[in-house]
Amino acid sequence: MEENQGVKLLGFWVSPYVLRVKWALKLKGIEYEYIEEDVFNKSPLLLKLNPVKGQVPVLVHDGKPIPESIVILEYIDEVWKHSPLLPQDPYERANSRFWAKFAAEKLQAYAWEALCSRGEDHERAIKASMEALEKMEKELNGKKFFGGDKIGFVDLVAGFISYQLPVYEEIVSMKILDSSKFPAITNWINNFLNHPLIKEELPPKHKMLAYFSNRRNVILVQNSSNK
Amino acid sequence: MADEVILLDHAYSPPAVRVRIALKEKGIAFESKQEDFSNKSSLLLEMNPVHKQIPVLIHNGKPICESLIIVGYIDEVWNEKSPLLPTDPHDRAHSKFWADYIDKKIYTLGRAVWTAKGETHAAAKKDLISSLKILEAELGDKPYFGGKTFGITDIALIPYYSWFYTLEKFGNLKMNEECPKLVAWGERCMQRESVSTTLHNQYETYDFILELRKKLGVE
Repeated sequence: MEENQGVKLLGFWVSPYVLRVKWALKLKGIEYEYIEEDVFNKSPLLLKLNPVKGQVPVLVHDGKPIPESIVILEYIDEVWKHSPLLPQDPYERANSRFWAKFAAEKLQAYAWEALCSRGEDHERAIKASMEALEKMEKELNGKKFFGGDKIGFVDLVAGFISYQLPVYEEIVSMKILDSSKFPAITNWINNFLNHPLIKEELPPKHKMLAYFSNRRNVILVQNSSNK
Repeated sequence: MADEVILLDHAYSPPAVRVRIALKEKGIAFESKQEDFSNKSSLLLEMNPVHKQIPVLIHNGKPICESLIIVGYIDEVWNEKSPLLPTDPHDRAHSKFWADYIDKKIYTLGRAVWTAKGETHAAAKKDLISSLKILEAELGDKPYFGGKTFGITDIALIPYYSWFYTLEKFGNLKMNEECPKLVAWGERCMQRESVSTTLHNQYETYDFILELRKKLGVE
């Protein structure tokens, strides 16, 4: 059953979790109403639609809310079956889910830690990020996208690597995306960022630099006062 | 062609327990190979090079890793009976959300309750109780998280039923007071053969965890 009516997305402009969903909706050509939330001052609407975690993104379809970016991507893929994000074969689907989970839970966490730490913690996080990238480099194995010729589930979840990781690198003057160590990932980043639908839907770089610098400072102060 | 299904397994690992239950719900014959965490087999290292962890399902030679991903795979491949996920996309999303919530919270918090000390322990206990109460509210008066049908959310949580006695001892709490509906739900799930023949009883699990704490050097 296809429904192009009554799709809303609650989001926050810089959230990579929200961006995954925006990209998915765009790839499928689904129209939606976007509602910007201030995650530091959560609206009653957000708290009502995601009472458990109070986080964005929340997709609302036919009046029913769905939270959690990866759960939302799977939902979108099941309801709007054209331009599939996940492969059809169960083994390939499990593989895609594995790598999406890896990118979202490991690489993303290490990269964030690298941004928001100093000294030994910082060095350890850089090392962990690069080890994680190495694994993704092997999985990519020279393909244009993780999904093959077309952008797929893993590309959308891992997409933060292409536009957000370079911002982190710039803020703390670190190097994670070494093109000599990760030629396939470097190539993938170019393919991904140049995709017509992706490049229209990226947060402005200067705004990201300001936002993440600020977050880093706040967290560093919080962490040092907790010690 | 007969399916070859092997599970790289561990008797007391909650993620592995999930997979065993799912396989039994579907009536799938499988071979369980017990792994020793301190001496991982070459098969495990070959089949899960990224995480080197169990459970790993090896189906006709191909590995699938991560317990909830494995349960989803089992549901998709052996789809003629005992569905583990609902058919409606919104209900499926709902089940996946809660399974993911359980996956991210219960293991880490529970483990902290039986390993940590001081402030960390107090914070973990508080968080755990809060999470369990949230789960209890989600369960409500339904027989299972999936409603009338035992499904992926139940499978995600039920291995931790074995931990209840351990959590009571190390957390100085009473599960019957904190979350009586979850206790009742656990007992209900234990009436299913897939669960009762898979879960170790709470005292055996407590003994196992005591040994594990010694090995981890937690005292």
